[in-house]
Amino acid sequence: MSNSKNNDLANDYVLEIQDVHKVFNKGTINEKIALNGLNLKLNKGDFVTIIGGNGAGKSTSLNAIAGVWPVDKGRILINGEDITALPEHKRAKYLGRVFQDPMTGTAATMSIEENMALAARRGEHRTLLWGVGRAEREEFKEQLSTLGLGLEKRMTSKVGLLSGGQRQAITLLMAAIKKPDLLLLDEHTAALDPKTAAKVLEISEKIIMTNNLTAMMVTHNMKDAIVHGNRLIMMHEGHIIYDVSGEEKKALQVSDLLHKFEEASGTEFANDRMMLSK
Amino acid sequence: MLSYFASLNPLTLLNSLPGAIAQGMVWGVMALGVYITFRLLDFADLTVDGSIAFGAAVCIMLIRNGVSPIIATLVSFFAGAAAGLITGLLNTLLGIPGILASILTQIALYSINLNVMGKSNQPVSVDNYKLVISLRYVTEDPVKRAIFFVGFTVFLFALIGILYWYFGTEQGQAIRATGCNPNMARAQGINTDFIKVLTLMISNGLVGIAGGLYGQFQGAADVGMGRGAIVIGLAAVIIGEVLFGKFAAKRKLYLVWTLLSVVLGAIIYYLVYQFVLWLKMPSEDMKLFSAIVVAIFLAVPYLRDKAIQKKGVAK
Repeated sequence: MSNSKNNDLANDYVLEIQDVHKVFNKGTINEKIALNGLNLKLNKGDFVTIIGGNGAGKSTSLNAIAGVWPVDKGRILINGEDITALPEHKRAKYLGRVFQDPMTGTAATMSIEENMALAARRGEHRTLLWGVGRAEREEFKEQLSTLGLGLEKRMTSKVGLLSGGQRQAITLLMAAIKKPDLLLLDEHTAALDPKTAAKVLEISEKIIMTNNLTAMMVTHNMKDAIVHGNRLIMMHEGHIIYDVSGEEKKALQVSDLLHKFEEASGTEFANDRMMLSK
Repeated sequence: MLSYFASLNPLTLLNSLPGAIAQGMVWGVMALGVYITFRLLDFADLTVDGSIAFGAAVCIMLIRNGVSPIIATLVSFFAGAAAGLITGLLNTLLGIPGILASILTQIALYSINLNVMGKSNQPVSVDNYKLVISLRYVTEDPVKRAIFFVGFTVFLFALIGILYWYFGTEQGQAIRATGCNPNMARAQGINTDFIKVLTLMISNGLVGIAGGLYGQFQGAADVGMGRGAIVIGLAAVIIGEVLFGKFAAKRKLYLVWTLLSVVLGAIIYYLVYQFVLWLKMPSEDMKLFSAIVVAIFLAVPYLRDKAIQKKGVAK
């Protein structure tokens, strides 16, 4: 099915989501069933793209994994360890995250090297040692130079002075810096112009491949969802309605996805922004 | 009118300046604490009105009971930090919004301070105790005055140096990240609740020290001495930013210059304060004056941005 080199045991999944439910604003007029029996298993090295209409639960799934809020029901396991009860900051050591809003992933008032140093200490105790070490500064420089954006010459610039694309690229480096068990990309190119989006996507692919990361990428661009990754998931009303991988995924067309969506959900994709980006 | 101007004696103003500068330096310590919560943590902390009086009460009572003034001053740090701890726990553990949590601590401290002191005012005379600082050192003779200013300046630079170092460490960076972008901080594994409590403790610790020093400086701890302290702290932070912000932003040691400008802001505040007093403004109107000064300095950056925006639109 997928890249499972290190998969000796049948239950040795990087990520396992078991029957997760989440309702927002329960009992109010704004009640919204966000996740409705979500089940998912990811093998090591899986690069999953996630598509679905607005409110299908794509970003909510990633937030459930990251622990932004507690889920109502179900279990979430990483490498077989139950993390359902862990607070957000304790799950961070397993995860790398990039968000839709380029402002969200970095601290604007801090320099590039300080942001990277913060990420390099993810999951570690923060000591009273100086925040950016000399040796790691060289390492950061080298990693930044691979982006080809000239950022390695601006190590002490405040991140707030950079463009959205530059900030997303740095956030990607930060997310991958500790080689996380799972990389969560939440529509991380949606707020960028097409050219920058393509560049950031290319960087994402490169980072995932060179580090052999397991990744989930939410996107509203069906073409991107087909081209990237080894597995594709379609969500609707809080659960997965279509899950395809390997050769079958490679052969997919955008029209297949539209058809699949209509078939599974009984509704048309019209009026959704996914239409616009096919 | 003429008789009013004739009655203003420039020499009186000149003579009062060293005292005003000294008072500004003491409040500069407090303003550093306010800067840490208000700017670095992005938390409007009104605990300080209570924690400055708490620091003073604890310090003065310890001195009156025979504890060395130096040790008593150090203890006032922990008194302030304890106040910060309460605000932090109210906010993070019990989910009470930050401003409200700090007001609760502030009000509670009023009673606690009365209990610590036994009554609303407790004097401590420089004649009977070897106080760390005193207004008398400033006014008495030139030698003592010089020692006071040199000593206190060294203390302030040391304090700024320690804060610069601390906010450059891994822990200090975690504080800055939490203040700037708490979502990012959590995504990087930072326990933002813990960081908030820690920062409130450090900030109020400094305010507590300022209280201990101020109590000795004026020769008494008073239960009402903290009223409006936050306004003076904010005034110092904002005066410093408005006057020196651009200068500091360009420097490599940005934080050092910014912290220095906060202390200078406090000194400038007290110089202006002294000047207004000299103009014979009634002292009971000084709180009104303080509020107006802070309102003006808070409004300046906003109005300036708006004016620039308008110009841009007009073009």
